[in-house]
Amino acid sequence: MSTAADLAHADDPHAHGNPAHLAHHFDTPAQQFTTNKLGMWTFLATEVLMFGGLFCAYSVYRYNHPQVYLWAHNALDPFWGMVNTIVLLASSFTMAWGVRAAQLNQRGLLQIMLTLTFLGGVVFMCVKAVEYKAKWQHFLFPGEFNSLNAEFKGRDGKSPSEARAITIEEVEHEAHLRSGAEPASAEGGEHAAPATETEVKPVQHTQNSADVKSGAAEHAAGTAPTEASKEPPIALQAIGTVVTAPDLGNESAAIVPPTMMASGTNSKVDEKVGHHLTTYSELEPLDKSQLQTFFSIYFMMTGLHGIHVLVGMGLMVWLFLRASAGQFTSQYFAPVDLVGLYWHLVDLIWIFLFPLLYLIH
Amino acid sequence: MAHHHEPVDHTEHPTAHAHDDGAIHIHVVPVSLLAGIFIVLMVFTVLTYAVTKVDFGYQINLFVAITIAVIKGGLVCLYFMHLRWDNPFNTLCLLAALLFVGLFIVIASLDSGQYHNLREAYANTDITTGAK
Repeated sequence: MSTAADLAHADDPHAHGNPAHLAHHFDTPAQQFTTNKLGMWTFLATEVLMFGGLFCAYSVYRYNHPQVYLWAHNALDPFWGMVNTIVLLASSFTMAWGVRAAQLNQRGLLQIMLTLTFLGGVVFMCVKAVEYKAKWQHFLFPGEFNSLNAEFKGRDGKSPSEARAITIEEVEHEAHLRSGAEPASAEGGEHAAPATETEVKPVQHTQNSADVKSGAAEHAAGTAPTEASKEPPIALQAIGTVVTAPDLGNESAAIVPPTMMASGTNSKVDEKVGHHLTTYSELEPLDKSQLQTFFSIYFMMTGLHGIHVLVGMGLMVWLFLRASAGQFTSQYFAPVDLVGLYWHLVDLIWIFLFPLLYLIH
Repeated sequence: MAHHHEPVDHTEHPTAHAHDDGAIHIHVVPVSLLAGIFIVLMVFTVLTYAVTKVDFGYQINLFVAITIAVIKGGLVCLYFMHLRWDNPFNTLCLLAALLFVGLFIVIASLDSGQYHNLREAYANTDITTGAK
């Protein structure tokens, strides 16, 4: 292909024959390199757009159901999220150093950096596996297989409402242990002796029964102080603070006035200094029936991201083998550079996933 | 933040000679700068974790978390991804993608906001059972 660049280089003494790495449709290594970079950045733009769809789903859902996020993120441990952020940033650092090593013909150093970057991916995926396992133990699967789903029957023959109650108690109990935060209700401090499973199980509850006890639980948790006086919350006192109104069927919404949390602010949160854990009993009925969607979004976002990490680890192996064969020089290191860009983008996406999923306050 | 305004160290350029010789004119980032950026990123990561423990209210906590993430992302783009020294057109590629993602989210949220009154109406309805 005859171009202006071609003419400009016609008498260029440096227009050395044709290096093996120079594809025939490029005039010079520099042209090839800048084209490679532009192509990679175009690809990264499409990656941003692909994740953008998920970020959009996240945003719209969070905008409409802030309380769902406040409750459901209790199932995630911010500490492990931070560990994974550090691991990924460290692997980005080694990757950037690896690109530098390739540019400077430091083959051994390049191999070391590629290995370290690969190991960063391994650690990240191991932490992710531990986190996913914790979700699975609570039957917090994506979509209809989530035990918070009203139709879920997959937990050891338990009814949907029983499975839901157990999961909710497990999640809130772990969140309390993790944070050491005060429980939500006024009778704080009792969570040191959390209710056992049998206490929580709404044995006598049947679905759709507007149960007074459940209504009382709502009141005593502080969502409707004006109405609380009408309903003596005797049952609730026995249940304690960790326990929440667990039965999906009996929200007794008629008794509980709307709490108007649509703005996303919760009066309980504002009152307390320090970390407050939103409890299930504080949620509006609509939000209570929507909790599983958070986990769908969580798994789709971290899952797609995790697949990208796995692909990146495969690319590290490929680069390592090519580096071992001595194929990279200061005049040809584009594959290292481009894979580096990919790896940094994966890191970049995690930088946003971490606060959005783990650090909801 | 580690800002290097002095000219790029040419000893770092193995091929820095003639202007348009068709060879790749690479910019090699010093290890010290990469390490500095890495440390700043670590500090911001711990900071964004710690700041969650402080209650500024839902909106401000969210704003702080996003702001820190944007700063971290900017550092990764500028230094680890070389955009600071790269062809500006590559930056344009990224910014265009981010712009359209932003438009997508804003317009979708605007549309979603149109139904907020419906959401209020259904706030106490359990849609899985229809119970009120």
